[in-house]
This record gives sequence, C-alpha cells and structure tokens, in this order.
Amino acid sequence: MSHMAVSRPAIVPGEIAVQGVSKSYGALHLRKEVVHDCSFTIERAKLTVMVGPSGCGKSTLTRLLAGFEQPTRGKILLDGAPIAGPNRDRLVLFQETALFPWMTTWENILYGPRARGELTRESIAFAEFLLAKVGLHDFRDKYPGQLSGGMQRRAELARAMVNNPKVMILDEPFRGLDAMTRELMWEYYARLYEENRRTNFFVTTDIDEAVFLADRMLVMCNSPTQVRAVIEVDLPRPRKFADLVENDRANDIKKQALSILHAEAMRSFSRGSKAAADFVEAYLKRASHQ
Amino acid sequence: MIAGRLATIVTDRSFWRGVAAILVFLILWEIGARSKQWMAPEFFAPFKNILGMIGFKKDYLPWVGAIPAPSAVLASWIQVLGQKGYWQSWYMSFFRVMGGFIAAMIIGIPFGLVLAVSRITRWVAFPVFEVLRPIPPLAWVPASIIFWPTQELAITFITFLGAFYTIVINVLGGARSIDVRYFQAAQSMGSSRWDIFRRIILPGTLPSIVVGSAVGMGITWEVVVAAEMISGGGASGTIGSGGGLGFFIWNSYVGGSYEQIVVGMISIGIAGFASSGLLRWLGRYATPWLKAR
Repeated sequence: MSHMAVSRPAIVPGEIAVQGVSKSYGALHLRKEVVHDCSFTIERAKLTVMVGPSGCGKSTLTRLLAGFEQPTRGKILLDGAPIAGPNRDRLVLFQETALFPWMTTWENILYGPRARGELTRESIAFAEFLLAKVGLHDFRDKYPGQLSGGMQRRAELARAMVNNPKVMILDEPFRGLDAMTRELMWEYYARLYEENRRTNFFVTTDIDEAVFLADRMLVMCNSPTQVRAVIEVDLPRPRKFADLVENDRANDIKKQALSILHAEAMRSFSRGSKAAADFVEAYLKRASHQ
Repeated sequence: MIAGRLATIVTDRSFWRGVAAILVFLILWEIGARSKQWMAPEFFAPFKNILGMIGFKKDYLPWVGAIPAPSAVLASWIQVLGQKGYWQSWYMSFFRVMGGFIAAMIIGIPFGLVLAVSRITRWVAFPVFEVLRPIPPLAWVPASIIFWPTQELAITFITFLGAFYTIVINVLGGARSIDVRYFQAAQSMGSSRWDIFRRIILPGTLPSIVVGSAVGMGITWEVVVAAEMISGGGASGTIGSGGGLGFFIWNSYVGGSYEQIVVGMISIGIAGFASSGLLRWLGRYATPWLKAR
C-alpha cells in the first residue's frame, strides 16, 4: 500500500532498553518488590515476545514500558531517551478490551488522529486500510458491545496501529478468546506485523503463541523477575499456523523454552509459589502428550 | 418511529395481561365500593369484635369502605376536565417541577462532574454536600418559605432539592466508575485534558445522568405535591383555586369531595409516570450504545 510506504521512515525507530529496573509497591514493612534489577532490550523492528508463568511481574513491566507507572530504580530508554509518562510512541493493548463503548468501531479507530488534530486525508485513508485489514469493514458503524471478542481485539489493534507508534506493547491480548479465535487472531496479528515491521513487544504465558509470533523470545523467571534466556526464533515468515505444528525447528525451540521454564518453575516450586505449581502441572500434562 | 413502538406494544401479550389485571382491579374496587361493606355482615361479624378492640365501630371494613367507586371517580374526573382550575393545577405543578428539575440539572450535572474531576473541590464541597443530603426536602419547607421572597420560589426550591442530590450523586458515581483503562488509552493516544473530559468522561457519565434524572424526576413529583399541601398552594391570593395538584387534593379533602381526591391522586401518578417515561425515552436516544447489545 502506497500510503503505508509513505508513512514508514527510512530507519524504523523504537528500540527500548530496560536497564536495571526495579519496581516496588506499598510502604514500609508492607513493601513488596515485584520486579528486581531487570534488564533487557527490545530490538527495533522486531517482534519480541516475553513468555513466563503468570504472576511473574510481566504486567508490571508492561505498565512501566507504557509509562503508566515509573520504576522505583533503574532506567527505561526509548531510542536513548528516558520515557516519561504515557505517549503515542508506545501504545498498549491490554488483556481486556479498552475500546470506548460509546463510540462506533470507526470512531474508535479514528480516536488518536482526531485527538491530536491530525485528521488528514492520509490518516483517514490509513484508518480505512487498517479497518479492511482487520476484517471489520462491515462492522464500522457497530458499537463495541455488538462485536465478538475476536472482533474487539482486532478493532483495538487497528486503533493502536493507526497512530503509527514506535513500539506496540501487547499484554496477553488474546487471553480469554476460544482456541479457534486465538489461532485466527495470531494469523491476523502476524500478517499485520509482517507487512508493517515495527517494534512489537508481546507478553504471554502461552508457549505456542510465543513461538508462532516471535522473532526474539525472552524467557522470564520468577522472583525476582528477570530474563532467564533469550531465544532467537529464526522461523521463516510469513508464518502459517498449520506449517508450524509440523515444523521440527519450531518444536525444538518450544522444547528449549519449556525446559528453561520448567527448571525455573521447579526452582520457585521449592519455595512454594502457587503459579509455579500450576505451571508444573501444565508442563507434565504437555510432556505426556508428546 | 413512535407509531412503530406503539404497534409493538399493542401486539405484545404482556401489555394485554397488564390491561386485564388493571381491569380486574377496577371491577373489584367498583363492586366493593358499591356494596359499602366488602363483606356480607355475617362474615364480617367475627372481625368486628377484634376490630372493636382497637376502637373501630362501623359495620364495614375500615380502609376501603369509604373510598369512592371508580365509576364515581370517573364521573367526577369528566366533570373536572371542563374546569379551568383543574388544568390550572396541572400547569402550576408542572411549571414548578420543570423549574426545579431543570435548575437541578443545570447546577447538578456540572457540580457532579467537577466533584468527580477535581480532588480539591471534592475536599471542600463534598463534606458539606454529604451533611445536607440526608435532610429530606420537606424539612426545608418552613426554612425556604422564610428564605425565599415568594412562596412560588420556595416551592420550586424544594422540588429542586428533591432532584439535585440524586442527580449529583449519580453523576459523581458514574464519572468515578469509568474504567481507568479508557483514560490510559486516551492519554496514550495523545488526548488533551479537555479532550478526555469531552470524549471520555462526558459520554461515560451519560448513562448515569439519564438514570439520575429519571429517578430525580420521580422525586420532584413526590416533593412538589407535599410542598403544595403544606404551603397552601402558593400565591393563592392572585391565582384563586389553582394552587397545583397537591393543593387540588388538599382542597378536595377540605371541601369533602372524596372523588376529587382520587382524581388528583391519579393525575399526579399520570404526570410522574409520563415525565419519567419521557426522560427515559430521551435517554435511550442519547445513549444508543447501551441498547445495541
């Protein structure tokens, strides 16, 4: 698409460096450190997936990256400059839909450009393009309450992408959708990313989702929240879900990540973490299937 | 549009069930009222002794026997329809309700929104508001007759109070319960504070404004009637018998016309029902996303 080519700068910006970040909540003896001395890089124009057990501080990291909260210690830099507060540079998709219920799909998608007074012919054409791309052309005048869960997620993807953020942050965006819809959403999302390579940061607990989507995978560990391993997912693009199921390389990566997560879960299991108990159970179930 | 809605109502079975229930009620009322005793004397005799112990000495049931029959009420109503005073009462009450209600909207909605948005205003104004809120509007009657220069203003002020607290509490609660994710999303996409107010807070509060207004409207009708009874119907020297529907009822009671009391009661019921219904109907058009589910 021509307008997409126009809107894409020569060098794609959007590299995030997380340097020694800690985050605590509460005061005095009730103080609890959720993230401790965490460092990693989200490389530009790549899809980085952070995968780890639930309750390991991933959502806290997401809020810090978005700028809704400030780290207690450490720095977060976007292209070398520290981030201060929420900004259209870094847009977030949360677990639950945040579409404005009082606006139609189309009004939701145009929210950003309208709020900034950038309702130009190009921005409207780009919005039209994205609307069609996420398959919601026939639902442009419907309210979010009239859309299915999958449609809401797609509308939200379009609403974020129309702003051309330097970094897209997605915090378990497809959680709660049924299995069929999830796979469909993975393909929608992968297509959008492959056609418009920007920096994407995707948080999930689902290893299949991580392997299917990622260029780079950050495998997280619990208490303290840190990156345990970085796995380069060198699978060819465009990816199709059906191809990946049979792919040996994909299964190798999956096993590699799982064994790290398993070791990690065992470690926190010995410390009595509930999330780890769930994880070990799920891991053993999965291992018996293979 | 309205004709279409009417058509769906008229073809709806539950509508006719409702009509039938009301008709049965009216017929029983008619029969009972005409009999003047509701029960044959031989059936009533045992109750009579018990009721006699609490000082009751008549030969019919106490609470319904003296009430006029629906047919008598209807006859009285038809007669009253031709009188200027009856319509004057409607007009007076309606005028006061609208005056108080619109003032409550104009002051209450912005006040509720400011309370929701500004922490400092909440600190300063909310404690005072919460202290005044539990005082029933009718307790204000004597004070407001003294405070306000005319009785008309006093009654309007009392109806205003009836709607004001409800509207403010609903607007405040509605605005405060808007999901924080909407603010975060709007802020991330580059909204200014004014933009967030106009496009997030205002539409997000609209459903609560509608509910608060409809409830507030019901309260204004309750309050206006009592205020008119207590204050003697406003500037009665200039307007004659036309002192509002509350005064109409009181006047009928003083004049001994029981049929007219019931006419007045039903008139207020109709007025309250119609104005709340109108508000809800307007509200549905203001919040189209709520019905679209």
